[in-house]
Amino acid sequence: MTTTALKEPVRETSPGAARAPRRRAGRIRRLSLPYLLLLPALLLELLVHLVPMAIGIVMSFKELTQFYIRDWSTAPWSGLDNYRVSVDFDAPVGKALLQSFGVTVGFTLLSVGLCWLIGTAAAVFMQDAFRGRGLLRALFLVPYALPVYAAVITWVFMFQHDNGLVNHVLHDQLHLTGEPSFWLIGDNSFYALLTVSVWKGWPFAFLIVTAGLQNIPRELYEAAALDGAGTWQQIRRITLPSLRAVNQVLVLVLFLWTFNDFNTPYVLFGKAAPEAADLISVHIYQSSFVTWNFGTGSAMSVLLLLFLLVVTGGYLLLTSRGRRTADA
Amino acid sequence: MAPPRSFLWSRRVFLTLLAAFVLTPVYVMVSSSLKPLADVTGRFRWLPSRLTIRPYIDIWSTVPLAKYFVNSLIVAGAATVCSVVVAVFAAYAVSRHEFRGKRVFTVTVLSTQMLPGILFLLPLFLIYVGIGNTTGIALFGSRGGLILTYLTFSLPFSIWMLIGYFDSVPRDLDEAALVDGCGPLGALFRIVVPAAVPGIVAVAVYAFMTAWGEVLFASVMTNDTTRTLAVGLQGYSTLNDVYWNQIMAASLVVSVPVVAGFLLLQRYLVAGLTAGAVK
Repeated sequence: MTTTALKEPVRETSPGAARAPRRRAGRIRRLSLPYLLLLPALLLELLVHLVPMAIGIVMSFKELTQFYIRDWSTAPWSGLDNYRVSVDFDAPVGKALLQSFGVTVGFTLLSVGLCWLIGTAAAVFMQDAFRGRGLLRALFLVPYALPVYAAVITWVFMFQHDNGLVNHVLHDQLHLTGEPSFWLIGDNSFYALLTVSVWKGWPFAFLIVTAGLQNIPRELYEAAALDGAGTWQQIRRITLPSLRAVNQVLVLVLFLWTFNDFNTPYVLFGKAAPEAADLISVHIYQSSFVTWNFGTGSAMSVLLLLFLLVVTGGYLLLTSRGRRTADA
Repeated sequence: MAPPRSFLWSRRVFLTLLAAFVLTPVYVMVSSSLKPLADVTGRFRWLPSRLTIRPYIDIWSTVPLAKYFVNSLIVAGAATVCSVVVAVFAAYAVSRHEFRGKRVFTVTVLSTQMLPGILFLLPLFLIYVGIGNTTGIALFGSRGGLILTYLTFSLPFSIWMLIGYFDSVPRDLDEAALVDGCGPLGALFRIVVPAAVPGIVAVAVYAFMTAWGEVLFASVMTNDTTRTLAVGLQGYSTLNDVYWNQIMAASLVVSVPVVAGFLLLQRYLVAGLTAGAVK
């Protein structure tokens, strides 16, 4: 780029000397235009993402308790203490973090798996037109469109011990349980959270898979039908394999959303989730804003960030390598 | 060739069960919002003992719902407008220009989109408190401060989705406009933006929906006067009573605008959401 910029004025000297500066100004304008267009976005990205992240990393090396909230920069350095506390799995803080991490991983895998399964099945069953398909499709999108707190608060009502629908159906009507169960405290809370998460999450899988199905050429099915493949065989041999690329993106996005979800557990359980359903986002929130230990909270955040980077990077590497060998 | 009976039956059973799963909470929300208080505090009943619209009247006085509504409207609206306007310029630059650092920019945008809000919440909280203490500008607890935090999620996905939409507008169109003497901004506003209007509307609706449903930042960064619906709905549970019928009525009232908007624009939304995944 520098060489052409140097050459140009020399070439322009004799015939069009007056035009040269103007043309150069135009060139500079053209080259700087993308940056000008990006400027507002760059500034905002800096303001809401990069600076906070940098500060978050600095905070994680400080002894940042409620006494230093007014001015965090005066908090004393504590080196790696916050990290040491976070990963000391024999002491209460580290033990709770490990427990929360385990719950989050288990919950995420189950929720993503179920969302994917239900979404794919629904999309495949609704690939061909039938009466009422449009209406059903619109209904299926309702959980996705509802504001989280409105939807989850309805589930809270349904999970109530004394006046909830779930206990009414399971205990009063079907007599499946001897006693009405507690759903929002204790071990059952994991299943309550999973149910709500799947209810809210599967329509997204349904949307993406439906879009993926539209890209499969009809001729493939016609050819398969001519060869005598039945509907089930077509689904297994054509539909599912064709969704591979779509699934790779879908699973990653679902994973990140579910793993990072704060809204659902927070509305379902409040500030402190039961141990069995203590997702990492709420756990960090609780460690920081309820017990007022921002230093440890920041260290946990940085550890979470590293984990997400490693998982996402690894996943992308794996899937792209898979795709490359598949292409070759 | 007609599908076999096994397929038709599986489809019927599966879709019926799924519809029941999806619709039960919706039914509970609607029916409970029309029940008298005694019906929702005692054992659950599928049908109301009598229908009443009383909850829909009471929701406005039990908590200052109208105020929360206005707050949510302002915050979600401003965050949407701001991120879409900024994203239009940024997405145009990425979609139509080659420049140094383009890859770094797009990767940054994509990766910040994947990070949990809790990562940004702690530092932003401390930055706001710090700014308040040193300059007296109250970002913490203000609507402006909350709008800024909402950009942490609405800006990256607006940029990301708009790049996809702008890429789908044929380049020949704005190149022709440039040849005809339009400036780059002229080409953007006369050709690219009009051609991508459905996409821009979809991105705006999606950004608004997400901001309307946001809980994390709203519960930390607001005070009594700036509280949004996400936090305000908790006011229906007092120490003595939980007004479940009013909670359900209020939930329905705050949901109707976004659900209606979503269902009306779902075709465009789905196109945008899936463009990245399917390509």
